[in-house]
Amino acid sequence: MEQARRVISVIVLNEASALSRIVGLFSGRGYNIESLTVAPIPESKYSRITIVTAGSIKVVEQIIKQLHKLIPVLRVYEHEDLVEKEMAMVKIPLSESLGDIEALAHAYNGKIVNVSGDTMIVMVADEPMRVGHFLEAIKRFHPKEIVRSGSVAMER
Amino acid sequence: MQISGAQMVIEALAAEEVEVVFGYPGGAIMNVYDEIYKQSAFQHILTRHEQAAVHAAEGYAKTSGKVGVAMITSGPGFTNAITGIADAYMDSIPLVVISGQVPMSLIGTDAFQEVDAVGISRPCTKHNYLVTHARDLPRILKEAFYLARTGRPGPVHVDIPKDVTAQIATFDYSKEVELETYKPTVKGNMRQIKKAVEAIAHAKRPLLYLGGGVVSSGASDLVRQFSTMTQIPAVETFMARGTLHHSDPLLISMLGMHGSYAANMAMSETDLVIALGARFDDRVTGKLSEFAKNAQIIHVDIDPASVSKLVTAHFPIVGDVKNVLEAMIPLAAQQVDPLRHQPWLNTIANFNKLHPLSYKEEGDRLKPQWVVQRIGELLGDDANISTDVGQHQMWTAQFYPFSRPRQWSSSGGLGTMGYGFPAAIGSKRADMDRVSINITGDGSILMNIQELMTAVEYKLPVINIILNNNFLGMVRQWQTMFYDKRHSETDLSIQPDFVKLAESFGGIGYRVTTKEEFDAALKDAVEKNVVAIIDVVVARFENVLPMVPAGGSLFNMMLEYKEK
Repeated sequence: MEQARRVISVIVLNEASALSRIVGLFSGRGYNIESLTVAPIPESKYSRITIVTAGSIKVVEQIIKQLHKLIPVLRVYEHEDLVEKEMAMVKIPLSESLGDIEALAHAYNGKIVNVSGDTMIVMVADEPMRVGHFLEAIKRFHPKEIVRSGSVAMER
Repeated sequence: MQISGAQMVIEALAAEEVEVVFGYPGGAIMNVYDEIYKQSAFQHILTRHEQAAVHAAEGYAKTSGKVGVAMITSGPGFTNAITGIADAYMDSIPLVVISGQVPMSLIGTDAFQEVDAVGISRPCTKHNYLVTHARDLPRILKEAFYLARTGRPGPVHVDIPKDVTAQIATFDYSKEVELETYKPTVKGNMRQIKKAVEAIAHAKRPLLYLGGGVVSSGASDLVRQFSTMTQIPAVETFMARGTLHHSDPLLISMLGMHGSYAANMAMSETDLVIALGARFDDRVTGKLSEFAKNAQIIHVDIDPASVSKLVTAHFPIVGDVKNVLEAMIPLAAQQVDPLRHQPWLNTIANFNKLHPLSYKEEGDRLKPQWVVQRIGELLGDDANISTDVGQHQMWTAQFYPFSRPRQWSSSGGLGTMGYGFPAAIGSKRADMDRVSINITGDGSILMNIQELMTAVEYKLPVINIILNNNFLGMVRQWQTMFYDKRHSETDLSIQPDFVKLAESFGGIGYRVTTKEEFDAALKDAVEKNVVAIIDVVVARFENVLPMVPAGGSLFNMMLEYKEK
């Protein structure tokens, strides 16, 4: 079966059960969600959920139809032409070279955002693939902890 | 009006003109039952098991066309009910199921009789609610009824913590339901409808494929009008039995795994499938890649998620079948030439002649198919028919002469053994003027046998007719055919005395082995108008035929089976 990575945005009523209804459609089929972000849409009663998943095109299409069917779902967007960004934070020992790290972060829309005790925290915000590259490159500075936010996306 | 949450439940049910609630009390729902004791707006029927309460509500909904209501307590009360809820979800039956829950302060503490009810019902309801404050109850209950009956119907579950039923809040039921995120498409797209009618006008061998959606949208009369006017033949799914009168010359019969030769061949030969409220279930299509291979497909369904789910439609039309047909009929009247289909009708007549649905009389043992046919001859339109699940169910779908929609109630999607008896109780409650027959098996009947007490207590004289072959017959049939006759755990030779069993609950029992005895028993049970079990000893090794083995192509039917 044809496999593909898909980014889906769901506009959903901001209520307690909404997220579990959505996630259930994936887990019930044994489909993994690669990343998921949720935040309220300003000045509305809705939230926007951005889901990145990978799987058979047919199955994902079926999931999208069933997402539409959920009562609290207002709209579902399946992104094709989109701007997609992700954020990551990395904790690095202060003993590493601050200048090198600052320069590397800068190349990925980032900077050092916190320095305390014996560690610093670097953040970057870029396309998910580029965030992956950054995390590859930062390895040489012996990161102690890495946090990725998951994708957010917007139609062009 | 300032009232308690429990009173709100009563007021809402009264406002919805609910005439009967099937239920079972328990700790967490006691406040509501206290109000039920005081009211006179509706009847409460105490079933003897929560699963049966939901099935009874299903049978009631199926026969009446109204929303069925069931009420249960938290924990095991709710988990017992979940089979019925899942059953209603699969067969798109409109229900509102109200359950009690432990008080808000105890949720999540592993309290006595606590279970995450909305977590469990989520994947098998159209929607569900956990009510966190009584002030939300009027809105939620109104939405629940609205969601259950509109769009693609289905069960809606409302879970109410005990303290919420005691809270006092304002009750105002007059507000219209406002759901920005739920707007089912009822009217079909006119451009698509026009294109579909053009395709119908050009087809040489069109075929109506009628599903349960025709019944739930109340479109049976329009379907009859459409098919008569255009002379397009029709096959019915299991769920759609009764849409067309059994004597309608354009009705071919049921299709699918145990469909007739003619129906399955028609589906394999057609050049245009007109699917109305049907969902291309795997028991209908057989091997998907071979299904209606030569045909274009028009798919009319109210549920966009059903359209092109399994078979890609060339003319997808999202809308209510009734609405879409209303738009189609005037167009078809101008464009479709009914005489054009004569050669196609002749072909189908030949299929029918070649291998009609049939069975062989052998020896003295009654054939189960004869029993079903005989019930039809004796009662016909005067009976509402429900079944359990297994061989008897398929024989009923094949051989009963159905004459109207809503005459038939059976667990199609979920295949729930134990459905038939409680559903027949609900069906009787909805239509007291007709005889309520549950055609069942010796396996299935024991799965909700306790409902004898309910039927006796409330004077709902259901007649259970057991096609008794001392086997879990359908599984036995598969074991014979596909497992080299290893009849693993399907032999039911050890049985209760069904006559005494019925009598012990205050009903009446018959055990019959001949045609004469059967006629006498059925006539007597109908005349006496009491709860009955007719235990019919039938041929043990009879198989349901024709049969399309699972995963096989529709046109590759097993027409007879010879023991190897």
